[in-house]
Amino acid sequence: MATEFHNLHDLRQGTSLATKVFIQRDYSDGTICKFQTKFPSELESRIERALFEDTVKTLNSFYCEAEKIGGQSYLEGCLACATAYIIFLCMETQYEKVLKKISTYIQEQNEKIYGPRGLLITDPIERGMRVIEISVYEDRGSSGSSSSRSSSAASSTR
Amino acid sequence: MISKKAASRRWEKLPGKNTFCCDGRVMMARQKGVFYLTLFLIVGTCALFFAFECPYLALHLSPAIPVFAILLFLFVMAMLLRTSFSDPGVLPRALPEEATFIEMEIEAANANVPAGQRPPPRIRNVQINSQIVKLKYCYTCKIFRPPRASHCSICDNCVDRFDHHCPWVGNCVGKRNYRYFYLFTLSLSLLTIYIFAFDIVHVVLRSVDSGFVNTLKETPGTYPLLVCFFTLWSVVGLTGFHTYLISLNQTTNEDIKGSWSGKNRVQNPYSHKNIIKNCCEVLCGPAYPSVLDRRGLMVEELPTSASLDGTTEVPLSKAPSPHTAPRKTTAPLIPNEHTPEDVKPGIAASLEKSHTSEEERMPTPLNTPCKSPTQDRGPSSPKEKVQKL
Repeated sequence: MATEFHNLHDLRQGTSLATKVFIQRDYSDGTICKFQTKFPSELESRIERALFEDTVKTLNSFYCEAEKIGGQSYLEGCLACATAYIIFLCMETQYEKVLKKISTYIQEQNEKIYGPRGLLITDPIERGMRVIEISVYEDRGSSGSSSSRSSSAASSTR
Repeated sequence: MISKKAASRRWEKLPGKNTFCCDGRVMMARQKGVFYLTLFLIVGTCALFFAFECPYLALHLSPAIPVFAILLFLFVMAMLLRTSFSDPGVLPRALPEEATFIEMEIEAANANVPAGQRPPPRIRNVQINSQIVKLKYCYTCKIFRPPRASHCSICDNCVDRFDHHCPWVGNCVGKRNYRYFYLFTLSLSLLTIYIFAFDIVHVVLRSVDSGFVNTLKETPGTYPLLVCFFTLWSVVGLTGFHTYLISLNQTTNEDIKGSWSGKNRVQNPYSHKNIIKNCCEVLCGPAYPSVLDRRGLMVEELPTSASLDGTTEVPLSKAPSPHTAPRKTTAPLIPNEHTPEDVKPGIAASLEKSHTSEEERMPTPLNTPCKSPTQDRGPSSPKEKVQKL
């Protein structure tokens, strides 16, 4: 995934990291993985609210599917228990399958929607499933909203 | 100037007091002495049972007895090793940008506090199933802990759905390995009862032939009897306790703290109010993946030149290379977990300073790579850092 960052970064020559926005977890439904759909103010000028909300809602639905406790997960659990969990060495769990789907989805979103707008979404699994990190890039030369804080944030990531 | 690249795995740089083995695949706490004792007791007792009593029992009663004992023993060992070696659900520490973002949010929230007055404790309130749950800020990990997470001081990590730190398995018990831990205690109870019962049967049968005292003298297989007798009560008791916790969907940590004891009308918001549903969620829920990246590769640029003969690598934590900086998981903001009052007045000033002084980080000791109790970190090659049990 790191290489994809560099590739997307290289594609947009002449951009630099301005700031990072962190979408926090929404715990109102308990400990299941769900992110807040509140639109951050830093992205107001960069992307349409509907697109952003759509992305977060789709991610939330993926995580809901991964953590669903139903027939499939019971079967998986019982089968794994009967084999002393050795079967996990050969078999991919439901959660892992959904994580792969999420990774593909995020990559797609980055290429089609966020990349052209100078944004980059980091897969939450790389941040401990705590936040969705959205990096905001700016064209070099246009000082725009860069303050000493954002430029030092940029320098700290170099 | 030739620059070499040394590839190392992420586990070598992880903060926290864990030991890693098999190139990051195995993760345990630092103190493993009691875990070895557990292994010795289980393997030793079973070995005596198989060697001295099973032949007699197979002959005089049924060959199914040792077969079932072997299967049960293998299951116990599998569960023990799975509990001990897996990631319990460690939450990785916040990267500097995330930590800064959270700090700024807190600063904004505390803007109304007059200068000089102690700021309020860092707590976020969330509502879960019409119950207000307080999320505490972890000064070590620089995150607001998710609900049910807790910081283990022995392993120095925040663990999701933290149950307890178990020295017998040499690891924390958390979201990812709780079911293995429960199955371990359950199967160990069964194994203990099984060996105890058949040991008694064996002694009785032999006594019929040769007398009670002679039997005890002849067979060393009576030692399992003693071990089983003493472990039976604790293991069966522990299994019973965890069965009770599972049926209520509580953790040991919550039980000890009395979080959902019913005082002030607080109730457990995570419980489905149905024993079957609670058991199913805990035992048959999805297998959560590890969010701690242990085996990811990190490529370090090592500046070498002809003048640096013999020094083929630079101590990695001191190299101010561009790749290491964003991956350091400690933000140089709060030096000490327990002194928020001292730091608070200077936090705004230190925020500006910290971004420019990445190299002078105080929390460098936290970043030293995998440690074992006997090995000090030195500028050795990454390959030599694989911990041997």
